Amino acid sequence: MTALKSGINGFLILLLILGCQTATADSDEDYQQVSVADPFIEMHTGPGRGYPIFHVVEKGQSILLIKKRTQWYKVKSPRGKVGWVHEDQMEQTLTPEGERYETEKPTKEGFVNRNFEAGALAGDFDGANVLTLYTGWSWTPNISTELTVSQALGNVSDIQFATVNIMHQPFPEWYVSPYVKLGTGIITTKPRATLVFPEDREDELLVAGIGFRAYVSRQFFIRAEYNSYTILTSRNDNDQVEEWKLGFSVYF
Amino acid sequence: METRIQRIFLRGLLPAILGLGSLQLAAAEPTESEQEDAGGISNIKVFDPQVERREVDRDSIDTENWEFGAYYGVISIEDFGTNDITGGIISYHVTEDLFISANYGESEADLTSAEILTGISILPGDRTYTHYDVSLGFNILPGEGFLGRDIAFTSNFYLLAGLGATDFAGDNHSTAVVGGGYQVLFNDWFAMHVALRDYIYKIEIVGTKTASDLEISTGFTIFF
Repeated sequence: MTALKSGINGFLILLLILGCQTATADSDEDYQQVSVADPFIEMHTGPGRGYPIFHVVEKGQSILLIKKRTQWYKVKSPRGKVGWVHEDQMEQTLTPEGERYETEKPTKEGFVNRNFEAGALAGDFDGANVLTLYTGWSWTPNISTELTVSQALGNVSDIQFATVNIMHQPFPEWYVSPYVKLGTGIITTKPRATLVFPEDREDELLVAGIGFRAYVSRQFFIRAEYNSYTILTSRNDNDQVEEWKLGFSVYF
Repeated sequence: METRIQRIFLRGLLPAILGLGSLQLAAAEPTESEQEDAGGISNIKVFDPQVERREVDRDSIDTENWEFGAYYGVISIEDFGTNDITGGIISYHVTEDLFISANYGESEADLTSAEILTGISILPGDRTYTHYDVSLGFNILPGEGFLGRDIAFTSNFYLLAGLGATDFAGDNHSTAVVGGGYQVLFNDWFAMHVALRDYIYKIEIVGTKTASDLEISTGFTIFF
């Protein structure tokens, strides 16, 4: 506890020192340059549509690209003004080769062709509230694998489980795309402190599930699934547990 | 190719327009050797500007969608007094409006009034309070704050809602989180937060009841 506290205090001091230094160490030569092809582009004071426009760069002038945050590019104008330009306007600029600058906007096509995804789901695990974090990797448009870590907190126990799953989606090009999954993992069950119960248990489990991903916008999609777990207990009978979950994910 | 077409037009088509007949039009198409000797227009050299070109490589642009940092504040642990809390936070900004945030905090529970009065401890042993959650955040009310006449900092408010767990009094409790905060950016990658979060969960120390632990904190984050 005290170690964490002093660590955090040290971190805050470091941040303060870093924050006091101005971030103008990079010279202009390090930045890429594009030229404005629209009649003008608008520079905002911050990376959001609500921040006011304080400067415009006219057609034919060159701007330097400093960095990007979400849909916004931080640019430097020929007069040395620094502001944020939306990616829709950046698409109306030209590279030194005279080609249109491509902004790599995350789209539905990106969702269909995604490789890496991560997200969080919440729902019901046999009456307990379950929270799951996962990351997944698509090997082909149809086949992917995922790694999940979950915690189910109920009235009688604190359950933690981790699984490795292989998933198949038959229609990867659909924007609401169903999938099936099969997997295996381990589960630990810790009884509530207020109950007199046997000691902690650790078991293996098998999972079969069905669900869908639905594209929302940009990198964002929602995911819903139903899982059926078979817990291979050391007792005579195996446990069957049903789980429903809904969550949000992003692809990279 | 272009110059050849130009030549056909200039030498061939113009006489044709002038009415010199179709015969001359056919004869006007020059052979390769004629082109070499022709001079005039074909001898104009294309100017080579000798400009050093800089490649625009999208991947080399620094994208800063991740934010991480630490905070310090006070939390009112229901029945167990108001205590200081330290924590860490990491966020991923999906769009200008929306972000996903994971949060972890640690505190130490104080004595309840009952414990002070009777001298009997309700929580023998561990009084550590830990909380973690994953939440969705929405940026609202973007604006600017001014310091004097020449300095302006961009700022915004945000709202948070999420789910997580609170490990306290020997048990881990499923917890709902709602909150919000105010963020001021000193430059493009260094920000200060003032946040208010409420952790709501069911606790069974003496009977079951709903606990609502309100936390107010100040923190610093960097974007990377």
